[in-house]
Amino acid sequence: MAMKVYGNGMSVCVARVLLCLHEKETEFELVPVDLFACHHKLPSFLSMNPFGQVPVLQDDDLTLFESRAITAYIAEKHKDKGTDLTRHADAKEAAIVKLWSEVESHHFNPAISAVIHQLIVVPLQGKTPDAAIVEENLEKLGKVLDVYEEKLGKTKYLAGDSYTLADLHHVPYTYYFMKTCHAGLVNDRPKVKAWWEDLCSRPAFLKVSPGLTVAPPTN
Amino acid sequence: MAGIKVFGHPASTATRRVLIALHEKELDFELVHIDLKDGEHKKEPFLSRNPFGKIPAFEDGGFKLFESRAITQYIAHEYADKGNQLLSPGSKNMAILAMGMEIEAHEFDSVASKLGWEQIFKNFFGLTTDQAVVKEEEVKLGKVLDNYEARLGESKYLACDHFTLVDLHHIPVIQYLLGTPTKKLFDERPHVSAWVADITSRPSSQKVLL
Repeated sequence: MAMKVYGNGMSVCVARVLLCLHEKETEFELVPVDLFACHHKLPSFLSMNPFGQVPVLQDDDLTLFESRAITAYIAEKHKDKGTDLTRHADAKEAAIVKLWSEVESHHFNPAISAVIHQLIVVPLQGKTPDAAIVEENLEKLGKVLDVYEEKLGKTKYLAGDSYTLADLHHVPYTYYFMKTCHAGLVNDRPKVKAWWEDLCSRPAFLKVSPGLTVAPPTN
Repeated sequence: MAGIKVFGHPASTATRRVLIALHEKELDFELVHIDLKDGEHKKEPFLSRNPFGKIPAFEDGGFKLFESRAITQYIAHEYADKGNQLLSPGSKNMAILAMGMEIEAHEFDSVASKLGWEQIFKNFFGLTTDQAVVKEEEVKLGKVLDNYEARLGESKYLACDHFTLVDLHHIPVIQYLLGTPTKKLFDERPHVSAWVADITSRPSSQKVLL
């Protein structure tokens, strides 16, 4: 039976999982969850993820949540097909992939998610973005991208010369970010820009990006 | 032989996360003290070890890493046959472990660290605890601990019936919070309380306390 993913293609965290499934050429069924109707807060959903968030993965008797745990599971289960997303054959390379995955999780994600929340989610709630939060997090994001610029001068991708989960996890938030007026943060850094353009050229990305449909309001 | 080195501070929660893992694996290592007050972590040569300027950094022979949870995972895999088992074999068990580690990192730590900062670390810098923040963050922590209470009613430890990295990653912040009024949130939940007593009484947890 194919894996089931509960969530919607427009959600950043769901898209992370969908990218991984496509990179691994794995069949799956996407089961939409109506977030606007708060279906993710119903007991039937909470029994799958008590934190009430998408995505959730079901694979036979296994139920998983947390997108980066799901991608790790898919990458491990299907390690012998599709793209090698974890460099599993070499313990040290695998550790470097985990390291840059942690960097995405703890340095990149908090800053970029705060910006996207203010610029895209807050207006959808009928409120005004907090310019101070945006500015503070753009500055943090810039510093992270400075580190990336230097790293990507040494290796083609973040964890080495192959595309891995460490790169993949960045894609959905960066996609939304590049639609805001702050895309210069990426475009002004040549190595980061080239890396982003490479990530956007992958077939898995071309399958998932049409689902990333929340458009930020124009200035 | 070059051996294992940890570049950090003995009071730092992230450094302790790595030290506890090394103790669990009964590995010899050297703790190289990084002077945070002097900003040593924001300058060379430390920045070459971690361009993000955060402790800890790690070295095993010539192999270098940073990010405490990447380091603990490396230690657990590389030294799988030494000391205590910190992983759980099989892809489904490892997935449950991965999920538990993500929950600690994204749901628990973000809140628990703020409570640690407000009630303990701010005092080191002569700043005042913001009780409104403490109250707000305790509500959030309570909800996470409600989930843990349910989970620990079914399983002795968070990922399975033995101690793993998932439990280990929580220890340093919990040790600090037990010295604050936030301790009540752990005490009020019987399964969580028993789990906290268990994981903080492990010899490796005791070794990192100053």
